[in-house]
Parts: sequence; C-alpha cells; structure tokens
Amino acid sequence: MIKLKVNGEVRTVDVEDDTPLLWVLRDEIGLTGTKFGCGVAQCGACTVHMDGQPVRSCLTSVADVGDSEIVTIEGLVGANASKEAQAVQAAWRALDVVQCGYCQSGQMMSAAALLTENKKPTDEDIDAAMSGNVCRCATYVRIRAAIHDASRRLEA
Amino acid sequence: MNAPTRVPAKGQPFDLNRRGFLAVAGGAGLGLMIGLRATPAGAAAGPVRFNPFVKVAPDGAVTVIVKHLDKGQGVATGLATIVAEEMDADWATIRTEFAPANPELYANLAFKAQGTGGSTSIANSWDQYRTAAATARAALVKAAADEWKVPVGEIKVESGVISHPSGKKGSFGQFADKAGAAPEPVAAPQAPQFKDPKDYRLIGKEGVHRVDNDAKTDGTAIYTQDLKFPGMLVAVVAHPPKFGAKPKSFDDAETKKVKGVERVVQIPTGVAVLAKSTWAAIKGRNALKVEWDETGAETRGSEAMLAACREAVAKPGVATATNAGDAEGALKGAAKVIEADFAFPYLAHAAMEPLNACVELKDGAVKITTGAQFQSIDLAVASQVAGVPMDKVTIDTVWAGGSFGRRAVPNSDYIAEAITIAKASGLTTPIKLVWTREDDMKGGYYRPMYAHKVKAAIGPDGMPVAWHHRIAGQSIMTGTAMEAMLVKDGVDDTSVEGASNLAYAVPNLKVELTTIKTGVPVLWWRSVGHTHTAHAVESVIDELAYAAGKDPVEYRLALLKDKPRHTAALKLAAEKADWKGPQSLGKGKGRGVAVHESFASYVAQIVDVSIQGDGSVKVDRVVAAIDCGLVVNPDVVRSQIEGGVGYGLGAALRNAITLADGEVEQGNFDSYEPLRITDMPKVEVHMVPSGEKPTGVGEPGVPPLAPALANAIFAATGKRVRDLPLGDQKFTSA
Ligand code: FES
Ligand code: FES
Repeated sequence: MIKLKVNGEVRTVDVEDDTPLLWVLRDEIGLTGTKFGCGVAQCGACTVHMDGQPVRSCLTSVADVGDSEIVTIEGLVGANASKEAQAVQAAWRALDVVQCGYCQSGQMMSAAALLTENKKPTDEDIDAAMSGNVCRCATYVRIRAAIHDASRRLEA
Repeated sequence: MNAPTRVPAKGQPFDLNRRGFLAVAGGAGLGLMIGLRATPAGAAAGPVRFNPFVKVAPDGAVTVIVKHLDKGQGVATGLATIVAEEMDADWATIRTEFAPANPELYANLAFKAQGTGGSTSIANSWDQYRTAAATARAALVKAAADEWKVPVGEIKVESGVISHPSGKKGSFGQFADKAGAAPEPVAAPQAPQFKDPKDYRLIGKEGVHRVDNDAKTDGTAIYTQDLKFPGMLVAVVAHPPKFGAKPKSFDDAETKKVKGVERVVQIPTGVAVLAKSTWAAIKGRNALKVEWDETGAETRGSEAMLAACREAVAKPGVATATNAGDAEGALKGAAKVIEADFAFPYLAHAAMEPLNACVELKDGAVKITTGAQFQSIDLAVASQVAGVPMDKVTIDTVWAGGSFGRRAVPNSDYIAEAITIAKASGLTTPIKLVWTREDDMKGGYYRPMYAHKVKAAIGPDGMPVAWHHRIAGQSIMTGTAMEAMLVKDGVDDTSVEGASNLAYAVPNLKVELTTIKTGVPVLWWRSVGHTHTAHAVESVIDELAYAAGKDPVEYRLALLKDKPRHTAALKLAAEKADWKGPQSLGKGKGRGVAVHESFASYVAQIVDVSIQGDGSVKVDRVVAAIDCGLVVNPDVVRSQIEGGVGYGLGAALRNAITLADGEVEQGNFDSYEPLRITDMPKVEVHMVPSGEKPTGVGEPGVPPLAPALANAIFAATGKRVRDLPLGDQKFTSA
C-alpha cells in the first residue's frame, strides 16, 4: 500500500513500486485529466505538479513521490486552486486555446507553474518553460497569448 | 454509453430529400422511431427529440446531435452554431452529443456513408442542419401558437424565447414536450425559408466560444483513453517489427509474473496482453518474447523505396492523369526550361492521443466506444470480424485527441484489432486496446512516400508554355472500398490532386503517374495528395517567376486571371503581409509565397524566415488568407489555419518515417521530433468575405506552408529546398 497526497487529499493505492505516477492517477484514482502521450518524458501531456514543480508523471515512479504534494489538472480548477491556476483557466477559456484538447492539461500545468515563478514572462520565457509540452494541433500561438493574458489577469 | 435502444437498418445513405423525413421531422416521429424518447408522449420527461439532429429539454437546453467526429477541428461547435442560429436558440443553452453509428440517419452527404474527412463536415451538413433547426423551430412556434390561440405568423423567437405581441411569452423548454408530441407533425416547408444572413447573430460572429472549451480546459472531457467500464481489461499488443510479419510463437513466462496480467492471446497482428491496468499490460507486453514469421514481410529500406520512386519519374508514367496540348513538344522548342526533382518521405499522423478503442463482445453483439471517424466502414468491419450481423454492432463516439486522418481507416485496423483480441480471449468483459506511442508511430498507415519530376518552360514573354509533371508513389485508395470511386484508368486521384488540376493557365500540361507498391500501409494524412503536389507546383511556379524576372506574387496573379477565388486569397495575404517582394526584409531574411486550393477552400500564405548564425532557418511569421465561403465561426477558422500551419511546418522542418531492412526507425517523439512552441512562428489569419456555401478548414491550411517556406528560404539563401523535410541542412545568406 502506498499513500499519496493528491489535490489535497490522502489516497491509498495498492500498486507495484515501479508504477509510474501517471497510471496511478489515471487507472487507480480515476483522475483521467492527466494524459498519456509518449510515456518517455518527451511530450508533457502527463505533466502534474509535485510540490509546485512541474514533473512528467509518466517517468515518476509512485514510490518516488513520498510525502510530496501532487496537484493534477483536476486540482487546478475551482476556488481552492492557486490564483495562477485560476488565471490560466480563465485565459485558456477566453482565448479558446483548445483544439483536440488532449495536450492541454499538461500545457496548463506547465503554464501555471511558470506563472508561479514568473508573473510576467516574456515570449522567450514562455518558449523556454513550455518547450517540453507538445501540441500536435499546434495551438502554440494561443498558448503564448493565453499565458500573457493570464499574466495580465494576475496583475489586475 | 447512450446508444439508441433500437438501431435502424444500416447501409442506406440518409437522403434528406426522401419523402418521409421532412414529413415527420417536425414531430415526434423520428424521435420515437429511433427509440430515444424513453417516456410516452405527453409525460413529463427528459429531452424531446425533434429530429435526428435536435433535442430540446424541458429546462430549455438544446442538444445538437453531431454526426461528425470532433478531433479538434471544431465541427461540434460549427454544427451547434448552425442549429442555434437557425433555431434562434440561446447559445448558452446549447449542448452537443455525438451521434451513434447509423448511416441511414447520419451519413456524410458527400460520401453517402457515415464518416468524417476531406474537410467536408460543414459543407455537407450546412443545409441538413439548417433544415433540422428550422423544422424544430417551426414545431415549437406552432405549439405556442396553438396554446395561445394566435396565428403562427404573429410569433417571434429570440434567444430561445417565444413571444407574442399580446405579451405572452415562453421558453423553448416550456413547449418542447407539446411540440414534440403534436398529433399532427409540423412539416418543414419543402424549401425551408432559411434565415437571411444579414440577421445572423452567431454565424460569422466573433465571441462564440467552442462548445468543448470548458470540458477540455478543466480536464473532464472524456477520450477513449479515459474510458473505464466495470470489469474492463486493458490490452497492449506486441506488434511485429516488420510490416506483413506474423507471430510464430511466444514465451509469456515473464509476462505472467506481472501482477495484474490476466491473459495473453495470439492474434494475426501480434500477441496481446490483457491486464487489469494499463501499466500492467504495458509491462507484460514488454516482457513477452515473440518469434516472428517474416515470410511475406516487407524487408526493404525506405532508401530503396525512394530510389524506386525516383527511377519511375525518370521514365514515362504508367498512367496519364492530365494531358492538354502537347507539353513534351512545347518543351523541346522552349526558350528556357526548368527541371526540378522532389522527394517526400513517409509521414506519421502522430496524433497526441495514440490509437485506442474499447470493445465489448457479448450475447452476439459488439459494442464499440472510440473516437470513430468512419462509422460506416467500422460497422462493416466490426460485423465481419466479430461474425455478428451489422445491426448487432453499436458505436459510441467520444472526443478524439487528434487524428489527422488516422482514425478513418479503410480496414478499421485498430478497431478490428480490438475485436480480434476480444474474440480470441473469449471474454465478454469490455476490453480497451491501448497503443503506446511506439505502436502508433511504427504502426504504418503513413502519408505515402513520393517522388516528383517537373519540367516546365517559359516563352519569350516569361509566361509558362509547358508543364510536364511526373509523380510516383503508393496509392492510398487502391484495394479499399473507395477504389471504384477514386481510381480511374490507373490514376488514384489522391496521388495527383493539386497537380493534375493545375490552377495556373499553362497551355500545354501533362501529368503522369506511376504507382509503386510496397508492404508499408499508407493512408490519407491531413490534406492528402495536396501535402506533396502543392509543394512541387508552388515551388516550380516560383522558379518560373524568378526565371521570368517577375515578382512571385505578380507572376501568380497574372496566371490566375480566371481564378477569382485564388486571386482574392492571394491578394488579401499579400496586402496584409505588406508584400514588397521576396527580398524586401533585408539580408539574411526572405519571404516566400504560395497559394493553393484544396477541398474547395483557397489558401494563400506568406512565410517570413531568417537565417540564424548557425545556418538554421527560423520561421518568424506566417500571414495566411483563406476563402472558405461563408464563415460559420471565424475563430475556429483561425485556429484551424494556425494549426494547419504548425502541422505543415513540423513535417516540412524535420519529420520523416524511414525504414531500415523493413523496420521503422522512429518510435517516439525523440526520433520523430514534433513541432514545439520554440518553432512556432507568429500566425495571422485573414478571411476573404464570401457568400458562397461554407467549405472546409481542417486541411486547406497545410498545403501552402511547405512551398511558401521553401520559397522564403530561396529568397534568403538562393538555395532551393525541393526534398522534404529540411532536416539539419545549414544555409548561408545570399
Ligand atoms: S506522457 Fe509523459 S511526457 Fe509524454
Ligand atoms: S490541442 Fe490537440 S494536441 Fe494540443
């Protein structure tokens, strides 16, 4: 049995130690907003926050999570979410960023983490922070614009 | 899963004009016929189905039944906009739902089969959905008029509210049940009076948000990958390393030791591991030892295949697609001849969601849940593979994490594999087949590899006198159900489209095709034949402009005099980009242009590049103009063109599937490097105002990108990029 802290709740799961956090979240806990895209830390679809830092859950084994706080896309929504998360959610909606949507949980996790570190990122900062998140629908133009928009919302 | 309780006979295309549909569409007729009204007419109930496309709930929510797969292209939003507009519904009350597989009701009128592709979704649905909405509206109005005892003509509808000058007022929801249950169905007028476009509040307007915006932003949208049914097992398959190989034997001793693994079954396409969780299935699959039978497998490398294509275009084509005038004769006497060879690699679709499908074989029936893109074919394949009659197959469609063509397969490969596994396992529990990224990348069904050779000549006035174009590569349609329709006299139209119908006025034109066979399965890939023909055509026309000493935009316009829609798109792009010639941005920078029609939409793009210190190319900006007829949702059009630019750019910069001794060399995003945000230029999209019927936007943004990029690189460096992708070529500024 492994204990995990996910979106502020303690969860107990019965899985092998080497199971990637991604599959624990999706298959065991039922938090399917975190997506499987590549399984080898190449696409960012599985990005979650571990103690506030964006990590690729497909290559994070559940045993390595320990006491760290995990936040998934489901924890990025609603009144309990950080103000950066709320700004990201609002900006993504305002700009209709999504196309197929499959990459977007990961995009927003990375974006929220960026804005927590850097309230006013430049295009270069955005490119650097977001280059690990692939979008095959190429919504990149809007991702950039939405991060700027979220940044403005945080200022307001 | 919300499949209808009774599925009507399949196979017959749904004909809007057939007598009967319109007669009952306004009442409860079809609603009852397809069994979706759970409660008898008149009883307090859930949503009332007015016709196959529109339901209205007592709370006023209007549900639009979406017959096309939305894989990101925004068709759910588009169809919902059409219905909301024509019904005068309140946009905030609009919901969408994917239609069940039922070709009789939900055929794509362009294919006469249920399926999504060829950028046809809005075009084929335009009149159908407007009619459905107008009919539902008429039924609601009649119900209100009857209740209020006033003439129908005095009633007004605005944002889902029905009102009469006397002050009487009611919502759609209030009259839904009565309208749906009317004993005398309200017939739609034979030629429905559609709303005058000048009264549109939604169509063509800004600020109409996507219907999938919220669910895809908060992580609640459900894709096939997210499905979980009671007792479900996940299947992951060890596929053969070479196309055409089959499993000979396997050793699953290590697999069986993986906790959660339930079964291992051999199927013709590999060995499947069924487990209680995805990770257990992946681990179990990785622990399998399989011996493959490679008799009949494709063992050539892609270099040999490309050499075969190149050899083929050095000789006369086996078939002729176009022959106007005497291209070969005119070339002989011409003042100036240009000869150009092009090569295009295999390309994977690499949608963000790797392929997957959920199936359940139970009690002689098959239940499929997946991002189904070609339901008519999927039904037929499922029935055949499972050995059950077609009316025992149901398909529920869910959001797809991209497709770019890959989910519409003439043999439904991934759905067939899922059913084969279920059948081989003998299990009646739901089974979710999951392909890993590697399975998806190595799984074939690529954009075919092609070679082109073009010889073109200009006369003393610089204008083209002859164009002789040879193409060689695999046929997508041969051997499929579409062959009869799309392969004529040895010419698969999808191999030559965009070249055989050259838009430019060239008096002598010959286009030849040689079809090459390999063991690598191929498929349409976002914009199909135009992915390569546009590059060859738009590169050569650019070369001719330079050879003639003319501006590339002016030169094209001169040759497009009788093509008003190409002309309008090109002029708009040039104007918005402030085009002042290819070298107007200064040293180290270049501008390139291309204009191309595909799927009845016209797109011009101007690409700006700068050559970096290390000799690499940076794409700074793309200005696009599109004429896609009447624009239903301008923001969706913009997003599709932005996405098309990105999709085309990733492929042009560095994507290629290669084979060594028959084995695909790429497996994941480290070896098939997708476009990343760091590569993404600024993109501006402009729309040509048009009153023509709407046409597609999913694909047409892709074709002009590669040639406009190559033309920009030429402007900056003097070097032509004819073979794609660019790869790690280095350039020096001219
Ligand atoms: S699934 Fe983890 S980075 Fe792609
Ligand atoms: S929205 Fe489709 S992959 Fe990003």
